[in-house]
Amino acid sequence: MEPPLSRRRFLQQSALAAAALVGTSRAEEVELPFANGARRLVAFPGKRPLLVLTHRPPQLETPFAVFNEGLLTPNDAFFVRYHLSGIPTEIDPATFRLEVSGLVKTPLSLSLAELRQMEPVEVTAVNQCSGNSRGYFNPRVNGGQLGHGAMGNARWKGVRLKDVLAKAGPAEGARQVVCNGLDAPVVPATPDFVKALEIDHALDGEILLAYEMNGEELPWLNGYPLRLVVPGYFGTYWIKHLSQLSVVGETYAGFWMASGYRIPATPGGCAEPGAAPGKTLPISQFKIRSFLTSLSEGAQVASGRDTLLRGIAFDSGAGLTEVQVSTDGGRHWEAAALGQDLGKYSFREWTLPWKPGAPGPAQIKCRAFNRIGETQPLEPLWNPQGYQRNAVEAVNLQIS
Amino acid sequence: MKRFLFPAASLALLGVALAQPAPAPAASPTLRRLALPPETGTYRPGPGAALANALCLNCHSVEYCQSQPPLPEKYWDATVKKMKEKFGATLPPEAIAPLTQYLVEAYGKKP
Repeated sequence: MEPPLSRRRFLQQSALAAAALVGTSRAEEVELPFANGARRLVAFPGKRPLLVLTHRPPQLETPFAVFNEGLLTPNDAFFVRYHLSGIPTEIDPATFRLEVSGLVKTPLSLSLAELRQMEPVEVTAVNQCSGNSRGYFNPRVNGGQLGHGAMGNARWKGVRLKDVLAKAGPAEGARQVVCNGLDAPVVPATPDFVKALEIDHALDGEILLAYEMNGEELPWLNGYPLRLVVPGYFGTYWIKHLSQLSVVGETYAGFWMASGYRIPATPGGCAEPGAAPGKTLPISQFKIRSFLTSLSEGAQVASGRDTLLRGIAFDSGAGLTEVQVSTDGGRHWEAAALGQDLGKYSFREWTLPWKPGAPGPAQIKCRAFNRIGETQPLEPLWNPQGYQRNAVEAVNLQIS
Repeated sequence: MKRFLFPAASLALLGVALAQPAPAPAASPTLRRLALPPETGTYRPGPGAALANALCLNCHSVEYCQSQPPLPEKYWDATVKKMKEKFGATLPPEAIAPLTQYLVEAYGKKP
């Protein structure tokens, strides 16, 4: 009788066996810094090895080091988040149609070729999962236990939702646009993943139906052949494999709007741990965030050597004005230089030259500010769903 | 020995090697297909694991449980009920209590 395999070892061996059979994925594992943070790195179709939060449906997180390689997140490294395991496994771009129906004067059934004949628009925009960084919540909360890698920045190309709706002609009384994609639940009783946008938002010209990402067609797992791009808004609205738009005259009451993805209706959307749940609202726009990307937790830096600290910042599109950096754990703050502006919805690079002092521990923090006075809390805010974390993050280094 | 075999995982691996999907008749030349990597995990061994493998893996892979922090029974009870009531999982009423107990034992915080 062989000794029992440990679970870790079993997973490694299985992954190796799988890699040998399919000849693609290589089995490695990383440890996120919270309980049960072990994540395997597996290459899904169109993706380099990413952190597997769940295999089915696929939920993949970008290794954080990728964010230091450039302001645009490569397509093969961009995070993946599905809700339902019935993800489309066959798509024919020749017969794919986007249906536009409901309170419209002219219902539409648009092919990809027809969409590509409309005026193309490009925007560089961050997509971020509502639960990005949920694993850092304290007390811990239920949900996908993500590090900071459920975000990415890409150049999206497509057509304006406004232009598509104009072709259909919203009728009197239009209140929301209900958006659905090709993914479906495994059992019929599970609510389909459907989201709704307010009609004014849908018609403001900012939202795209994207068919390209960073100059290539959308990766399958990021919504091929067509997805919503809702700049400044959390990823839950960025419906993948978008196939149906329905204009409705009421507030859509489906599960993923009325029960899921809601935040406390309090300033900052936060709550006290353990408090009775109060009134809630649908989650909406990003909170302002910034990260150090050039050095990771536990890195060694040389005393007295010129070191360039680098990172990224973003907000919901209000306009970043400043990033401040502290190299002494938050006692003193200095303004960093802001890099190239790729647009108000994009990651923005920041840099700050630093000469590490005497050997010993050092803690780097950064915080961003924008034109409407938003910044990041020094202490994390908490909510029961683990949404929209934007606290100042600390990275501990060793000066030697 | 048997308890160290992971049937679903083995089948998933075999599936890759053996099951070549038959080409659909007169498939469109533009049709594209997605082939996902096989899952390699099932629920941790223990009393009730068969229940979890039979009921939970229908809709999602095992990481939904194994990546959660160690949380007490109240949490797992709420999770199982959420799967049934909000997500429409086909969980027989008599399976709720043993499934919850298993999840607490295998993935939860012991009192």
